[in-house]
Amino acid sequence: MNDKKKINLRQASVPIMFIIICIFCIPLSGLSPKMLINEIITRMGRNAFLILSLLIPIMAGMGLNFGMTLGAMAAEIALILVCDWQIVGVPGMVLAAIISVPISVLLGIFCGKILNRAKGREMITSYIMAFFINGIYQIVVLYLMGKVIPIKHSSIKLPRGYGIRNTVSLLSMRQKLDNMLAINVAGVKIPLLTFIIIAIMCLVIVWFRRTKLGQDMRAVGQDMEVARDAGINVERTRIISIVISTVLAGFGMIIYLQNMGNIATYTAHSQIGMFCIAALLVGGASVDKASIGNVFLGVVLFHTMFIVAPRAGAYITGDSMIGEYFRVFVSYAVITVALIMYETNKRKAKSAASMKLKEAQDEE
Amino acid sequence: MDRNSAPLLTMQGIKKDFFGNQVLEDINLELRPGEVLGLCGENGAGKSTLMKILFGAADIAETGGYEGDIFLDGQKVSFQTPFEAIAAGIGMVHQEFSLIPGFDATENILLNREPEKHNYVSEIFGDRLNTLDRSEMDTRAKNAIEKMGVEIDRHMMINTMPVGHKQFTEIARELSKEQLRLLILDEPTAVLTEREAASLLDSIRGMSERGISVIFITHRLQEVLSVCDTVAVMRDGVLVECVPAAETSVAAITKSMVGRSVGTSQKREIKNSDGAKTILKIDRLWVDMPGETVRDVSLEVKEGEILGIGGLAGQGKLGIPNGVMGLYEAGGTVEFDGKVIPLGSPRECLDSSFAFVSEDRRGVGLLLDESLEWNVAFPAMQIQNKFLKKYLGGLIKWRDEKAIREVTEKYINELQIKCTSSKQRAKELSGGNQQKVCLAKAFALEPKLLFVSEPTRGIDVGAKALVLDALRKFNRENGVTVVMVSSELEELRMTCDRIAIVSGGRISGILPADSSTEEFGTMMLSGVV
Repeated sequence: MNDKKKINLRQASVPIMFIIICIFCIPLSGLSPKMLINEIITRMGRNAFLILSLLIPIMAGMGLNFGMTLGAMAAEIALILVCDWQIVGVPGMVLAAIISVPISVLLGIFCGKILNRAKGREMITSYIMAFFINGIYQIVVLYLMGKVIPIKHSSIKLPRGYGIRNTVSLLSMRQKLDNMLAINVAGVKIPLLTFIIIAIMCLVIVWFRRTKLGQDMRAVGQDMEVARDAGINVERTRIISIVISTVLAGFGMIIYLQNMGNIATYTAHSQIGMFCIAALLVGGASVDKASIGNVFLGVVLFHTMFIVAPRAGAYITGDSMIGEYFRVFVSYAVITVALIMYETNKRKAKSAASMKLKEAQDEE
Repeated sequence: MDRNSAPLLTMQGIKKDFFGNQVLEDINLELRPGEVLGLCGENGAGKSTLMKILFGAADIAETGGYEGDIFLDGQKVSFQTPFEAIAAGIGMVHQEFSLIPGFDATENILLNREPEKHNYVSEIFGDRLNTLDRSEMDTRAKNAIEKMGVEIDRHMMINTMPVGHKQFTEIARELSKEQLRLLILDEPTAVLTEREAASLLDSIRGMSERGISVIFITHRLQEVLSVCDTVAVMRDGVLVECVPAAETSVAAITKSMVGRSVGTSQKREIKNSDGAKTILKIDRLWVDMPGETVRDVSLEVKEGEILGIGGLAGQGKLGIPNGVMGLYEAGGTVEFDGKVIPLGSPRECLDSSFAFVSEDRRGVGLLLDESLEWNVAFPAMQIQNKFLKKYLGGLIKWRDEKAIREVTEKYINELQIKCTSSKQRAKELSGGNQQKVCLAKAFALEPKLLFVSEPTRGIDVGAKALVLDALRKFNRENGVTVVMVSSELEELRMTCDRIAIVSGGRISGILPADSSTEEFGTMMLSGVV
């Protein structure tokens, strides 16, 4: 029993560290509670869906899927097309979601197949692969769009006649989802529809865990060899988990971008994977275990720090760049620390098993 | 069991060779419904290979299949995969657990055979999105556990279970398969406590009454006699005996297990080192080596002798040298020549002039992509600064290529290593020659004490004799103390002066090498866990 508590405390150490940082920074930032809560609610609606997309590959034992960037790129391509076709508002978003699915599925299958050849090194492989696919994305957006894929509107095209501008305005969709059914509680705007969608997604994940496929993924995630011996198609199951994650990341990216109101064509996706993974880890998840609770705790803590740190930094040093630097630094540090802790815990567990042998001998 | 009923399983003239190395010769076996067959034999006798053939294991087909016929219910069968064997009603519980650690017993019992419920989503996206029928799973698991007759908590997580319950979970999984008619149990009692083992034997009797045939592989002969109808003994790939259990005894089985035809072990001098000083003293050693756990081993090695360490696989004999050399986590004290050697530090061991020839030839033993010269000279160069030319008062050290070539060629001649030149890469050599390179490497260190682990594993007869001769010669001529670990009792008896037998992670006794095989056999089986 005591052992169990100790392990829980160790797992909780990252969230606790962040709670302390937040408590320290909030008063320094000078933000009013209302503003702070408003910001946190907005960011939760913006990001939670994206982070939820990470849960299924973790269940299948594939670690933190940096390949979610692939889904984000699929969503961006879909949104650019829908933007050009001038389909506005929520219908435009639904259409973009539909268009993004086949692209996400294709990229997901490709990613899954490669990760099957790199078992045990999924994280670094998917991370590097995201760079590779980013190159292909740039060819599509910078060259093919306008040359091969017809783009009518010059407002999103580069002046030379092909390629997409650095920023594509999504004014026609901006916060359309968030504003639908939005309610105002004591001056805090709550985007109810977005939250309903996120809640439905959570229910789907809970339901998914109880399906045959979910059970197979958990089995594959814990021991591939045993699962294979039991007749589960391990490779296929792993590919499906990545495809689901990529498709969901695409939907998440659409929700994210409608909130932002514009697409930074060449950079929007590049940081997304890193920040989502950092947020999930801040929420107390590890490489092999993550829950819906981790997602929400992580979103709140990570973004609170994101909001208050630059201001607190500006207050202390008089330079807002320091705070900006601090939050980027922290998100990388979190990932590093979480990965190191994961390895140490594994080693400690092994060493504890050896000690038992010694104790058994001493008792005799 | 009905002696007159038609046999459930008939194996006729089963032969199998791995690349010309005959491991099974003409095995004939019959099993009736409800019969319990005890299969005994030393490690390497061919028990596992025979069961793999029956169960359709992948490595049998990959190595060219087998000869002979297997009939199940009078129908000729030849399983290409375990799944075909399972469909035909054969179940097998392996020595290693095949369980998902984070699942409870119920989930493991019904792994990938879960009862499912349809829903709207699965109508569209396929059956894998059916939800699991938890209550039906629970009922089925409960029935399977009841069938087994041993009570286990079906909601307990596997990783919190005692090993015995894991074993029972595996058996329950086989029993939950409706079509099961023949169950193969590969050393199921190895991990059980005495009480658990007794309840397992009860449950085997229960299965037999229900008409399920059981093939029971074990080293605990008492269990064989108490539960089996028939006892089959294998030795060196031959079925030497197949008699009703009522007509045999532990002594008789032991004898046919280890006894070899007279005349194989020639007379030779055995050195008596009783008077010599103790060079290595191991006290209360424990080693956490997976599958070869050592518990509380105390052992003294005399200067100048060859000490053999024997015993069945998995009993801990390999753990002893690996633990002393610091390759696995270990505790206890090791004293060499009056000096205490810290555990967990291979460098200290090498500095105290130990050398170790690992059983993991390709992993630990060799630099596979490097030349023979490098392989032979590398440790000596690294540890003892041999084969180096010093310049500027030792500030710069260069490899002495000429000395390296000379020493390598010396060992190539002495050990008759078959190679194109001393520059050939180690991975291009055959297993036997690789083993000789490993020995040469250890010899080049000129150690005072040499650990050799499984020196003849996987090499052919000619190379075997040469390797053993080289070891003996190295010992007798250079006065180096040798500790040799091997699964083959016969080769220990041919090479060593004294032989310690390890059983259940402990030393069960030390005998002079010329003691009878029966004595060794009894000792090997005494404390088996």
